[in-house]
Amino acid sequence: MNIIVLLLPIALTLAGGFAFAFVYSSARGQFDDLETPAHRMLLDSDIANESLKGQPHE
Amino acid sequence: MSNSAPSKTVETFMYDDDIVKKFTIATLVWGGIAFLVGIIAALQLASWQLNFGTSWFTFGRLRPLHTNAAIFAFGGNAIFAGIYYSTQRLCKARLFNDTLSKIHFWGWQLIIVAAAVTLPLGLTQSKEYAELEWPIDIAITVIWVVFAVNFFGTLYRRRERHMYVAIWFYIATIITVAVLHIVNSIEIPVAWFQSYPVYAGVQDALVQWWYGHNAVAFFLTTPFLGLMYYFLPKAVNRPVYSYRLSIVHFWSLVFIYIWAGPHHLLYTALPDWAQTLGMVFSIMLWAPSWGGMINGLLTLRGSWDKVRTDPVLKFMVVALTFYGMATFEGPLLSIKSVSAVGHYTDWIIAHVHGGTLGWNGFLTFGMIYYLIPKLYRTELHSVRLANVHFWIGTVGMLMYLLAMYTSGFTQSMMLRAIDPISGKLVYPDFVETVVRIIPLYWVRAIGGVLYLIGFLVMCWNIFKTCRLAPKHLEAEVYRASKMTEESNEPKTAWHRRLEGLMPTFSVLVLVSILIGSVIEILPTLVAHTYTPANSGVVPYTALELAGRDLYVREGCYNCHSQMIRTLPEDVLRYGKASLPEDSMYDRPFQWGSKRTGPDLARIGGKYPDLWHYRHMLDPRSVVQNSIMPAYDWLFDKKTNFAILERKLEVMQSLGVPYTDEDVRNAAHAARAEAEIIAAGLTGDSPIKGLADREIIALIAYIQRLGKNSEKSEGKK
Repeated sequence: MNIIVLLLPIALTLAGGFAFAFVYSSARGQFDDLETPAHRMLLDSDIANESLKGQPHE
Repeated sequence: MSNSAPSKTVETFMYDDDIVKKFTIATLVWGGIAFLVGIIAALQLASWQLNFGTSWFTFGRLRPLHTNAAIFAFGGNAIFAGIYYSTQRLCKARLFNDTLSKIHFWGWQLIIVAAAVTLPLGLTQSKEYAELEWPIDIAITVIWVVFAVNFFGTLYRRRERHMYVAIWFYIATIITVAVLHIVNSIEIPVAWFQSYPVYAGVQDALVQWWYGHNAVAFFLTTPFLGLMYYFLPKAVNRPVYSYRLSIVHFWSLVFIYIWAGPHHLLYTALPDWAQTLGMVFSIMLWAPSWGGMINGLLTLRGSWDKVRTDPVLKFMVVALTFYGMATFEGPLLSIKSVSAVGHYTDWIIAHVHGGTLGWNGFLTFGMIYYLIPKLYRTELHSVRLANVHFWIGTVGMLMYLLAMYTSGFTQSMMLRAIDPISGKLVYPDFVETVVRIIPLYWVRAIGGVLYLIGFLVMCWNIFKTCRLAPKHLEAEVYRASKMTEESNEPKTAWHRRLEGLMPTFSVLVLVSILIGSVIEILPTLVAHTYTPANSGVVPYTALELAGRDLYVREGCYNCHSQMIRTLPEDVLRYGKASLPEDSMYDRPFQWGSKRTGPDLARIGGKYPDLWHYRHMLDPRSVVQNSIMPAYDWLFDKKTNFAILERKLEVMQSLGVPYTDEDVRNAAHAARAEAEIIAAGLTGDSPIKGLADREIIALIAYIQRLGKNSEKSEGKK
């Protein structure tokens, strides 16, 4: 079962990496607002073409 | 970027939808092929004649083609299409680099073509969902890095500070798949398109299923969840039920999934504690998986009436339901006593197809029905046809699943039946249990055909929709404010700091890949520690090794396990439970995951050479009602003796105790051994040249199976 010597660090690195990513992004406010992002993603991008305005797009 | 400017800097940009169209069309093309090959393989199980006695068309070679095409060609292209479409919109930014997008697209298609050529030719590593040989492995790594750079570059240039939850799912996918692929593919080339993994036996099994399970987790689950979190709210035009829950879903899922792999190896030679670890983490997966499913379904609250009319939603609701069922069943099957029943049977086939046909397939179909009209700025050609697709597909799927559940339970109950008085097996002949489930194999195949018909209806519908599109689509130009330090942000010092996430994630990817590379080299340096010393087990002879490589080439592991579990029904039927030393020199390991035929771990010496000779030529001449294909070509093709020296040399470098003399003498020794077997087969009337044929090498290998622990016990 020496393979554990290989797999455990990899699994720990991945899990640790995700833990770090979580703490880091939380600290930077990524999850401060858990309401508006869900609504914001529904808005279509603001289209600049005059001719296409008002038409279905995106 | 001017802090004093009263109005924000507004930029205009265009999305790259051409690449999304390309990936969508590729999804349809490869999907059709994946489903078709699946149906052929299903029919071959129902009727062995459909193997046509053609080497490249046998089940053992087609089944890996089916799984690879379904996962990486159909699933892969669908993921790329959806990720590229949604990431651009969520980031309000064009993809990082058009050339990288094109390299990604064409590179991936070339890899698929390479897979479609090499797998039927028998060029395989035999590790499930990682069968492709080393040059293709390298190509996959390169293209995946291109994808990663393109994706993270897009995030870096985004105009929306908050990264919507879908993006997080994509990030986890890209990083984890890279690590999984690299670690599981560490191999030493023997020739072009042949290699030996650095891990052997138990170690190889654990690495493979750590990969195999996480391929399901991070190729078929996380990216599709990301797509669900984008396309479902968009299609229903309502925000996801709970954004908070989606964040919890994401983080808990990625933490837990990575540990669950050992549940594929319950009751095997894997140490008990590792089995228990895998089981516990698998059960923990219930919570986040169902949290995600409920979050998706509740997004439709108050809009269920739309599900009646909108085919996109129909497909997505069924997809989520299947996600819920598959992720309920997965942890259930990870419980040891349930695994004892389900493992190696069609129950597992039902389980994975619930996940792939239901969750991945239907989510992809829903996504494509949503995407194509958007991309071509038109309406779907026919909602009615989409509904036809939905119902044919659903009925096909249910037929498939019911047939496989029934088949799995039936065969398992028969195989496990032990007479309480005599203590003997009620059905000692394996083939008895196979004959019983053949009708269900026909039902399964019909279910698959229905699923394919539904899919073809969709292809027609999509084709007509594309034809409806205006000939010249004016390129859409969008505008959004540049993301500055203070845009959308509260004012604390922390948050004022320059947007830091992107560099972090780029570094994380890099670190992951570097770790993978270091690990890639490390085991070759310490390979000797993988093989226990003084076990008394001698390595395979050169001829046995040649035969073993044929066993791998023909994909025997697709139907035969080499792992007798520590369960009474296994021990009664096949002999003493497998020990680690039984597979200690096995590169790759051949434990298998499905028993369409009996286990072969201790087949060596059970029958005479002549039995195997006749069996490979015509299985039904020795096992009445067998569904195994005949392997005629093994009797024509010649064993490649010349390469054996190189093979032994590689094995020696991996720590297998061959002497230099063994290596130099490999071809000669193999020939001598083959002559003895051939002479034993033919007796007084020798067949000229028989010793050179591949069948002899294969018989040598089969007769060796199970001899390792005998030898190690003799030593003790």
